[in-house]
Amino acid sequence: MATTTLAKAAEGTETVQHAARIEHVSKSFAGPAGQQLVLDDISLDVAPGEFVTLLGASGCGKSTLLNLVAGLDAPSSGGITTDGRPALMFQEHALFPWLTAGKNIELALKLRGVPKNERRGRAEELLELVRLGGAHGKRVHELSGGMRQRVALARALAQESKLLLMDEPFAALDAITRDVLHDELTRIWRETNLSVLFVTHNVREAVRLAERVVLLSSRPGRIAREWRVDIPQPRRIEDTAVAELSVEITEQLRGEIRRHGKH
Amino acid sequence: MASTETSAVKDGDTREAPDAKDGVRGGGDLAGLEAGLDALETVHTGRTPFRETFVRKILPPLVAIALVLAVWQALVSFKIVDDPSKLPSPGAVWGEIEDAWLQGTLLEYIWTSVSRGLFGFLLALVIGTPLGLLVSRVRFVRAAIGPILSGLQSLPSVAWVPPAVIWLGLNDQMMYAVILLGAVPSIANGLVSGVDQVPPLFLRAGRTLGATGVRGTWHIVMPAALPGYVAGLKQGWAFSWRSLMAAEIIAQHPDLGTGLGQLLENGRNSSSMSMVFLAILLILVVGIAIDLLVFSPLERWVLRSRGLLVKS
Repeated sequence: MATTTLAKAAEGTETVQHAARIEHVSKSFAGPAGQQLVLDDISLDVAPGEFVTLLGASGCGKSTLLNLVAGLDAPSSGGITTDGRPALMFQEHALFPWLTAGKNIELALKLRGVPKNERRGRAEELLELVRLGGAHGKRVHELSGGMRQRVALARALAQESKLLLMDEPFAALDAITRDVLHDELTRIWRETNLSVLFVTHNVREAVRLAERVVLLSSRPGRIAREWRVDIPQPRRIEDTAVAELSVEITEQLRGEIRRHGKH
Repeated sequence: MASTETSAVKDGDTREAPDAKDGVRGGGDLAGLEAGLDALETVHTGRTPFRETFVRKILPPLVAIALVLAVWQALVSFKIVDDPSKLPSPGAVWGEIEDAWLQGTLLEYIWTSVSRGLFGFLLALVIGTPLGLLVSRVRFVRAAIGPILSGLQSLPSVAWVPPAVIWLGLNDQMMYAVILLGAVPSIANGLVSGVDQVPPLFLRAGRTLGATGVRGTWHIVMPAALPGYVAGLKQGWAFSWRSLMAAEIIAQHPDLGTGLGQLLENGRNSSSMSMVFLAILLILVVGIAIDLLVFSPLERWVLRSRGLLVKS
């Protein structure tokens, strides 16, 4: 791993090689018991077009890390460079209820500086991409949970970021819908040249989606281990290969959790 | 249908020859599967038919009004109250309305007050909105004048009439000053509480989309705060109307014309109880009518478009 100064010096070439580069990032918050270390010396690169899942139990600071990468918060130490401003998707759809599905996407385009006459067409294209053509005029509350997350995905894609950050985006959905959205996300990820950093506490979901699974330990969050997932990509969550790797990762995750019970 | 086909493809184990382009095994079915899920999970809501609205919403208040009129008439007819200077009959008040209508003064009374009230309200809107934004967005301003602003709401605006008369004299400006002092705090406070209730998630989502600073205020904070703001406007109108009536009753001057407040005071001076009743009735009806015609539809539209209007 390059030192901070080296990375700074070679930033021009570095940005081409990394959709995101997280270097020795620590983060602490002021808590009731003084400063509380949430993230401890995290270093992680996401290559262009790579799909990485961050996996961890509660308290591992995975959402905190995502917020840092999104630029919503600043690290206490260390540095984060991203190739442009990343898009972010939340567990809640976070669509604006005063706008229709299409207008939500158009707002993202507008804030990115897309001229007015192109916005409508581009929004329709993005809705087609998430297979919601014809939903442009629908109000958010008229859509089902799965449809809302797909509109939220389309809105994130409208930012044309190189990196998409996803904070447990499917955790609130029922199993059938989640399964379908996994397929959908994989399809879109392969069609576009997007890098994805996906946070979850669901081991199978992590293995189902990612090229690389990064396990975080809890309190403070540290990188415990990494797995490369070589299972060919149209995967299913019930595939034996997915299940086998999930068992292995789950064992490790449980080990990490057990450590906290001993202290 | 689609699901059987999907599992058939899966059983055939296509891992070695994946439908790479589509990215998903049996990918052709994914669209169908999704369409099915969407159809199953979408709730269709329609508008309630007029008959139902009539029976549920319009009929009950009409019955209540009829009941009040019946009791009133009974009090007079059965001589329970037989002093017309205390309680005029409904017929006498109706006669007063008819007279005013035939003389062409009825609409004049109403218009004098309504035009004043609405103009004053618009002024309050123009002042209260930026004030509310300032208080909600700038921490120092909030700490400085936030408590005063909410305290002012509990001060009856009639208290402003004497100082306003001394400062500005008996004229329209004085009326507007009283309206402003009554309505501006309501509108500003409504906006402040609207902004306070904006879910932080919207602000975070807005920031990742690039809506920061003024663009964040315009595209995210203002529309997100609209329900609270509209509630503030509604209350602001009620306060405008009350303040104006207080001002009109106290400030009497020939140059001011005859508004509903003056009409009430005139009735008292000429000991005409039916005129007093007429004035009270008109004040009530105008206040309700403007709320019903302007603010309630506005509020309903805002809430319905966000799916916040729960059907009873």
